[in-house]
Amino acid sequence: MTTFITSVISGLGTGAVYGLLAVSFVIIFRATGVLNFAQPGLLIIGVFFCSYFAVTQGLPFYVSVVLAMLVAALVGIVSERVAIRPMVGRPVFAAALVTVGLFTILLIVAFRLFDSAARTINDPWQLEQVCLLASDTGCAIPVYHNTIARFVISMVVLGLLGWWLSRSRIGLAMRATSLDQEAALAQGIDVGRVFSLSWAIGGALAALAGILLAANGSVVQATDALFALVALPALILGGIDSLKGAVVGGLLIGLISSITSTYQPIYAPWLGPNFENVVPYLVMILVLLIRPYGLYGTKEVQRV
Amino acid sequence: MTLAVHNLEVVYEDVMLALRGASLSVAPDSIVAVLGANGAGKTTLLRAMTGLLDIHRGRITRGYVSLDDAKIDTRKAAGVVASGVSQVMEGRRVFTEFTVEENLRVGAHTQAGSGLKDKYDRIYGMFPILAQRKAERAGYLSGGEQQMLAIGRAMMSEPSYLLLDEPSLGLAPKIVEQIRDLIVDINKAGTGVLLIEQNAAMALSIADHGYVMENGLTVMDAPAATLRGDSDIQEFYLGGAGEKRSLREVKHYKRRKRWLS
Repeated sequence: MTTFITSVISGLGTGAVYGLLAVSFVIIFRATGVLNFAQPGLLIIGVFFCSYFAVTQGLPFYVSVVLAMLVAALVGIVSERVAIRPMVGRPVFAAALVTVGLFTILLIVAFRLFDSAARTINDPWQLEQVCLLASDTGCAIPVYHNTIARFVISMVVLGLLGWWLSRSRIGLAMRATSLDQEAALAQGIDVGRVFSLSWAIGGALAALAGILLAANGSVVQATDALFALVALPALILGGIDSLKGAVVGGLLIGLISSITSTYQPIYAPWLGPNFENVVPYLVMILVLLIRPYGLYGTKEVQRV
Repeated sequence: MTLAVHNLEVVYEDVMLALRGASLSVAPDSIVAVLGANGAGKTTLLRAMTGLLDIHRGRITRGYVSLDDAKIDTRKAAGVVASGVSQVMEGRRVFTEFTVEENLRVGAHTQAGSGLKDKYDRIYGMFPILAQRKAERAGYLSGGEQQMLAIGRAMMSEPSYLLLDEPSLGLAPKIVEQIRDLIVDINKAGTGVLLIEQNAAMALSIADHGYVMENGLTVMDAPAATLRGDSDIQEFYLGGAGEKRSLREVKHYKRRKRWLS
């Protein structure tokens, strides 16, 4: 039982970060209609700059995080302006492919920046633990500090973002743009600015998610960008255009892979090592078969 | 103090000539109708006036649009709305996933800040049915209600000019009458109206002035009363001149018009 609880807690930690990542996809998707495959690039650039500010420049960790998010947001804005804006009015599929190219470019930039060195981000959590439940042999349910940090920071950021998007004028404009670009323009919404803003938010969230995932007491390198792809199953599970869905999907995927990694080696060792990395995609395929629009995705309103 | 189009030429994708020289003007207190068949360039005219050509890969190659002596064709769509020219697009284009009230709120996007409540009340006063259904998703409204919502949304920015593209499209005759009366009310309250319509009878019944477009040109320009009495307009746009004739004569391209198009 204690193993199960430990596994659930660590699953919630990573799941919250997956949720954050999935939301970063959703924000851009909802505004522009483009699934942004460049998110892994933005993520790793955020992580690099966090490391740069925190380790190379020696700034306090939280300041570094905010600065890194700003850099990633800026990179997002520039990428959108240079690569995506000219695609307005073209099929979104074409724009999505442009983001694949963008991903490659950002990844190469990240490789250059990292210079094949493994870096640390100097987070304050490292591998420290608190003990939820003590037992005679030591600790029955240990919880890593970084798990708590992941969960709390992700949930607070997502909560604030969701509240702002549903209440504010800009949030409404972003949703309107996603529903009907031309009609949004006709209401006086500056669609270009909405695009920039969504890429900025998407970039900042990806950076934050990357930093939280990198805060695991070990080192990061450029290839860790592929972390971000785990958000895809979460995205599909939740429904590609729903913020709530992205969060729920992220948490579920986090739980499923954490529980799998705890029990699969015991009960189904024939599935081989690292099976927990495969499970999210199996879930994704299953969801696509049963509910193609995901748990919370929009079914189109149709008047008959 | 007028909204005017001067000899406008518009090209799509650098090859398709959609407007070849359209001119018109709308006085602030008037209703102006633009009549024309499919493909005459009516919607293109509207897009050119409101900065929506970009996303259709269209471009103004000659002529300009002016509002009170300022050129507005170089402004972006948001700038046009902010300067007091709103539009109701063809096919209503309400945000179907939004509630009625959210739709209205988007309409007030350029009017940042306070007074949202008063604006809602004004629109609900004009369209009581929208007040009843304000929490409902716009996609579930009837066609007529959606058209009212689209008009209400455009009025949220308190425009000095309202441009309507085919507000009678796909609506029952009774609803068309209702919409027509609403347009008259809006005009009386001090908004200049440009009414683009295929339903010429409806448009001419309320307009002060009318323009006829054919093949991207404004070919006729006269007070609405004159147009209503014109025999060609009656035949081509108002549904026949009465007596029966052979099919050959009815084919309008066989017949000489008094204007060149």
